[in-house]
Amino acid sequence: MDWSDSTDQAAFRAEVRGFIQSRLPEPYRAVGDSDEASGWQVDRKSKDPARRETAIAWANALAEKGWVAPHWPKEYGGAGLSVLEQFIFNQEMATAEAPSVGGMGVSLIGPTLIVHGTDEQKQEHLPKILSGEVAWAQGYSEPGAGSDLASLQTRATRDGDDYVINGQKIWTSGAQFADWLFALVRTDPEAPKHRGISFVVMDITTPGITVRPLTDMGWQQPFNETFFEDVHVPVRNRVGEENRGWYVGMTLLDFERSGIAGATQYAREIETLVDYVHTEAGARFVRPDFATTRLALADRRVETEVLFNFAFRIVSLQNRGMVPNYEASANKLFGSELHQRLALTGTRTFGLYANIWDHATPHAPLGARFTRDYIRSVPHTIFSGSSEIQRNVIATRGLGLPRG
Amino acid sequence: MDLGLSETQELLKNAARDFLENECPEALVREMEEDEKGYSPQLWQKMAEQGWQGLLIPEEHGGAGFDFLDLCVLLEEFGRALVPGPFMSTVLGGAVPLMTAGSDAQKAEFLPKIASGDLIFTLALTEPSARFDEQGVQCAATVSGNDVTFSGTKLFVSDANVADYLVVAGRSSAGITLGIVPTDQAGVVVTPLQTIARDKQAEVKLNNAKGQLLGADGQGWALLAPVIERYTIAECAYLVGLSQMDFEISVDYAKERVQFGRPIGSFQAIQHKCADMVTDVDGSRFIMYKAAWSLATDQPADETRLAVNMAKAWTSEATRRVVAHGQQIHGGIGFTKDYKIQLYFRRQKRAELAFGDADYHRELVAQQLGI
Repeated sequence: MDWSDSTDQAAFRAEVRGFIQSRLPEPYRAVGDSDEASGWQVDRKSKDPARRETAIAWANALAEKGWVAPHWPKEYGGAGLSVLEQFIFNQEMATAEAPSVGGMGVSLIGPTLIVHGTDEQKQEHLPKILSGEVAWAQGYSEPGAGSDLASLQTRATRDGDDYVINGQKIWTSGAQFADWLFALVRTDPEAPKHRGISFVVMDITTPGITVRPLTDMGWQQPFNETFFEDVHVPVRNRVGEENRGWYVGMTLLDFERSGIAGATQYAREIETLVDYVHTEAGARFVRPDFATTRLALADRRVETEVLFNFAFRIVSLQNRGMVPNYEASANKLFGSELHQRLALTGTRTFGLYANIWDHATPHAPLGARFTRDYIRSVPHTIFSGSSEIQRNVIATRGLGLPRG
Repeated sequence: MDLGLSETQELLKNAARDFLENECPEALVREMEEDEKGYSPQLWQKMAEQGWQGLLIPEEHGGAGFDFLDLCVLLEEFGRALVPGPFMSTVLGGAVPLMTAGSDAQKAEFLPKIASGDLIFTLALTEPSARFDEQGVQCAATVSGNDVTFSGTKLFVSDANVADYLVVAGRSSAGITLGIVPTDQAGVVVTPLQTIARDKQAEVKLNNAKGQLLGADGQGWALLAPVIERYTIAECAYLVGLSQMDFEISVDYAKERVQFGRPIGSFQAIQHKCADMVTDVDGSRFIMYKAAWSLATDQPADETRLAVNMAKAWTSEATRRVVAHGQQIHGGIGFTKDYKIQLYFRRQKRAELAFGDADYHRELVAQQLGI
């Protein structure tokens, strides 16, 4: 057991840290809370030219190092980093609050194409993902297929060299800013539910696709409903075999899956809060009976340590050539529930001032960050497998308890 | 960066598990609850032959020269097997303070006999105030050259009933002062306490009890702080093994116990408890090892202190949640004395309280955060 960097790891960490310090554009460092969604996917299409240019400059800087896709093999334009290097990279990015670029193109569809795509598909899509020319969205969930994703009903019927797609997806994050969509569709309604699904990619401007943003309880629009009405998608846009799409979509991709960014972010949130309550500007917001909340905050600090170790365990397993099993679920479960507890503790610190949503008013402690996080952390225990699903996975796949 | 055991640690762990499964069965654990000594001298000698009492002790003094992280690997197995007896008292309360504060002569005198299983030590720190900090030490110490005499009452002293020597913390005109005090003198009166874990703790009355000075007069607290940090993490390691076993027993039970025509482990209400148990056990294991690693590799003192406080704050509560779930999963049978799960539940509380529970360590975390 060793929590410290080896000489090589320390050198790599210094390289990443130095790169971020010298190349991360200034406006990105000042990203605070705003009423607008931010991040690479939004910024690259922003009406504000400064924001647009900043996003592009940062993407270009990362591209010089192959760090748009640090986990992709070098032959596909990635940096081919080892899992431990990826871990260090992701940790340093999160520490500097530097936005990653490339979105789901880099994190999900790219690696899926590398494993399952045809040469033609790789050549068509991978360079555009790396250059930031094309942003991707994911069409998995449906109104009737949430935790039970494999029950999805969006239908793809063969018509010559095309599939004709009809149905509806929901929670398609960032689809309103995306250029392409990857989706799971039902190609065989007679087969057992996992075995009648295919994985397809499509240009989001294909006729028949309608993207309708959904407004969340924080009054933002991070995701959409996406409707398909006789959408023609060439059969060559299928990834992997017909009716094997479930397994294509579930491929355990061989990159760092620790979620270290979350652990790093929460530890920083606590540091920020502690620093703030000691400033003159911050101290006035602190409730007079802070003593109880103070101990809750200490608990959150301890819990970030536990979360860090869960992340560290995943990457340590991967580095030893093992595939994380229930450990990844434990990580998601603990991290998402901690996120909500941290938001709660943050709001409790400020008493009545936790009412304030407006980030710009002088009445807002820390730009209303924790009040906003109190809302934003709500879906964390729901998306990517709810806490209930994670506990099911741990119990059945991890502990071998019989399925109900 | 790595979170796995080394090859040596794997060997130690497997050897310990095999040994303890044979030599420390449930029957012995139960027998020792009602035994006057509270330990088996035969097992004690066999453990010494394994090199365990001397695991931390340098080879020049008859030990194996392993580090503190290795000891925690072993203690996890002790928690799993609920090993009764004065092992932690002797190693953490005797060998460690001697290695930290002892003179060359004291090391040469005591360490080989600890390693060989010939001497039992214990730490006499806490008093009726039940505090773990410097202010808790009020026992009077009078120093004269290399000799020291103590007068006062120590409480919650583990294994004092069988200890050959006490490492006593007292207060002299110069400050906190440590001494090595033999128990075979009229000035040491040991009164056993009946405890929740049926382990052996005692009240120890010292009345001009004579001993030899350990470390310099007035330097006792500085010498004791690293000892207490190690002892605290040793208790965490014991708790990790204990809660791991409680969890495994409970999951096995959930797979076997049938109600409504199916194993209760197929009900989500039980499954989710099991999922929370493994998360708490694993969380405890890694936060404990992080602190053990900090201690073993001499990380900066402030980081190590925080790591220790965080580990005990978390482990105290997480393992309590585990054993509480263990009881609930077992239902009525778990509440009987005959069934084994209660052995873990009662011992969890002892270790939770030892060297400060979550409330105590959480407060220290808050102070170190600067709030």
